[in-house]
Amino acid sequence: MKKYLWPSIKLTLLLVIVLGGLYPLFLAAVAKLAPGKGDGVTVTHNGRVVGYENIAQKFTDDKYFQPRPSTVDYNAASSGGSNKSAGNPDYLKTVQARIDTFMVHNPGVKKEDIPAELVTASASGLDPHLSPEAAYVQIPRVARLRGIPADRLKQLVDANTKPPVLGVLGVATVNVLKLNIALDDLK
Amino acid sequence: MTTEILGVIATYGITLLLAWPLARYIVKIFRGERTWSDFMAPLERLFFKISGINPHEEMNWKQHMKAMLTINLVWFVYAFFALMFQDKLPLNPDGNPGQSADLAFNTAISFVVNCNLQHYSGETGVTYFTQLFVLAFLQFVSAATGIAALVVVFKAMKEKTTTQLGNFWDIFLKTITRILLPISIVIALIFIFNGMPASFAGKDTLVTMQGDTVNVSRGPVAGFVAIKHLGTNGGGFFGANSAHPLENVNYVTWMTEMVAQVVIPIAMVFALGMFIQRKKFAYVIFGIMTIGMICLLIPSMQQEMAGNPEIAKMGIHQATGAMEGKEVRFGPAATGYWSTVTTIISTGSVCGWHDSTMPLTGLMQLLGMMLNCFYGGCGVGILNYYIYIIIAVFISGLMVGRTPEFMGHKLEAREVKIAALITLLSPFLILAGTALSSWVLSHHPDINWAVKPSAWLNNPGYHGFSEMLYEYTSANANNGSGFEGLGDGNIFWNVSTGFVLILGRFLPIIGPVAIAGLMASKKYVPESAGTLRTDSLTFGAMTFAVIVILTALAYFPALALGPIAEYFSL
Repeated sequence: MKKYLWPSIKLTLLLVIVLGGLYPLFLAAVAKLAPGKGDGVTVTHNGRVVGYENIAQKFTDDKYFQPRPSTVDYNAASSGGSNKSAGNPDYLKTVQARIDTFMVHNPGVKKEDIPAELVTASASGLDPHLSPEAAYVQIPRVARLRGIPADRLKQLVDANTKPPVLGVLGVATVNVLKLNIALDDLK
Repeated sequence: MTTEILGVIATYGITLLLAWPLARYIVKIFRGERTWSDFMAPLERLFFKISGINPHEEMNWKQHMKAMLTINLVWFVYAFFALMFQDKLPLNPDGNPGQSADLAFNTAISFVVNCNLQHYSGETGVTYFTQLFVLAFLQFVSAATGIAALVVVFKAMKEKTTTQLGNFWDIFLKTITRILLPISIVIALIFIFNGMPASFAGKDTLVTMQGDTVNVSRGPVAGFVAIKHLGTNGGGFFGANSAHPLENVNYVTWMTEMVAQVVIPIAMVFALGMFIQRKKFAYVIFGIMTIGMICLLIPSMQQEMAGNPEIAKMGIHQATGAMEGKEVRFGPAATGYWSTVTTIISTGSVCGWHDSTMPLTGLMQLLGMMLNCFYGGCGVGILNYYIYIIIAVFISGLMVGRTPEFMGHKLEAREVKIAALITLLSPFLILAGTALSSWVLSHHPDINWAVKPSAWLNNPGYHGFSEMLYEYTSANANNGSGFEGLGDGNIFWNVSTGFVLILGRFLPIIGPVAIAGLMASKKYVPESAGTLRTDSLTFGAMTFAVIVILTALAYFPALALGPIAEYFSL
């Protein structure tokens, strides 16, 4: 094995330089031309950076559409999910509590109309999206608190819905941050 | 729902369309024919010259394995010390600390063996230096190691009688310069123009719409994620792996990552047929592998799309399926597909947490890793399948009462013993590991480790047992995904899974290479009417039966205690 040791060390050093150094440097340089310049795509509102397009943020006020529950409190210094199993009794209590809270804040909504994603934690804790249904179910609440007609809000949600790729692949999503910015801009 | 399933079918279809030309290209490279990438040749010559390597020196199988083990040892030493002292090295904008010795041991081994157990979180456990110069580097070279070992087996199967099986360094370096690096650049560019971060900027701090101050971890993500999938390593840049919205931005990046991780494993199967000029043999293997994948895939997708029965009892209508630990932009069908692919091909990246999937999906994930040969990881997938072929040839030989032959060489006691030992190794490592951790948990729950055994399990009951079973299965398969609720950030898990990783990597590489090398050195026996036809559907079915029976015998009791019991208790 001795025969192979020096070649191994030298080849390793060369490859470390190319794969660990030059490869990411080249990509970082090209990324200057891309959205967000390789630093991540941010969202600006009223001249201020209010967040990253793809990172969920907390909206506690009922006047806003709310994102999915997060196990990292919407702070992207870390990321992760609950890792709770389907039948874990403590977990099921948490889900029940989320359902109860949702019912209190959204009177008039029937339980079977609550999309599961609103009462379950996302994988990253930073999921920026809702399905259109999960945005629709919040419309009566937002409409009441803001005094905006519900059908106007439905149009707003639809305008902020990104369809599946090419219309046929994957799922439709609503970006909660962008939707809420559009909501604030309505007036 | 329909568009979700269409998305999955389209993604698989694109993979097949790309795998075919890729296979032809791979064969050209390893036959030494001219290709468009010959402009890399001067760089390769320069590397060989500086390293003092003669790339034309033919090696036998033992020399191949010695060279492979030596360079892997160098990587391990380098990675271990770099991770321990990363706080003193440059490129650490977030001021992350060095890793403890046991964690550095686990992390270094994990990435050397093309696994990604990752008992740390990317945001806080590593620096940009170690992410790039250690982990991304290892994602390239460990994938190339697997492919290089497989190419040795290709050469051995092709030749009539020889001990000259090419040059390890030559195959290894060309795998990187001609295959992994160029394709990674293309994939990374797709990511970058979809908005994935790629710069060296550190953590950002900002004030949200409602006035909270939050941080956002960033970094050179795109290049890392490209090779992470192409090399079937799966190690995440961030803690949430490919569920993180900066590591998997949208459905287009989801499709790209999905195609990237399975395209080389499938291409290598096609390449096998082209290289040894027995295309039908490869088609049969591909067919069996695909049937195997579908058997695991359909229950996974169905279970995730149907939703959690316990939540259904609360009166919630789960139109979007079981959403705990999943992301809206992927949905349950895509996450189910990913969970199957990532476990059969040893990537181990996730776009939704396996711990929170339904019990039967968890069963499919465990089976995927226990089988570890339906497409399988870069290079090693076919090596694992090769062992099953040897066993199937042997059993078929016994059935017809002839000395078994494979590829024109007699299969004798020594080869069959090696194959049998490799087959027994996996259940031994997985079941002994799980038994050991269960014993520690029940007899010494309060040992003063970083995570006390009594706090290891994130879920009670059968699922808690599955968390331990999963961790060892993942380590043995060099997969790297986990039931991540498990409190594995302590010396017990770091060390025990570290040894499982080493044994589960190198013995299943050395075994098939040794068998192929030994067979190739034997006298060539021309095919006759009495020769067992290994490219027939019958033989394919025989191999499939061998795989199913061996797996069921080895693992059924453990699986019955874990996911199967959990399924019946819901």
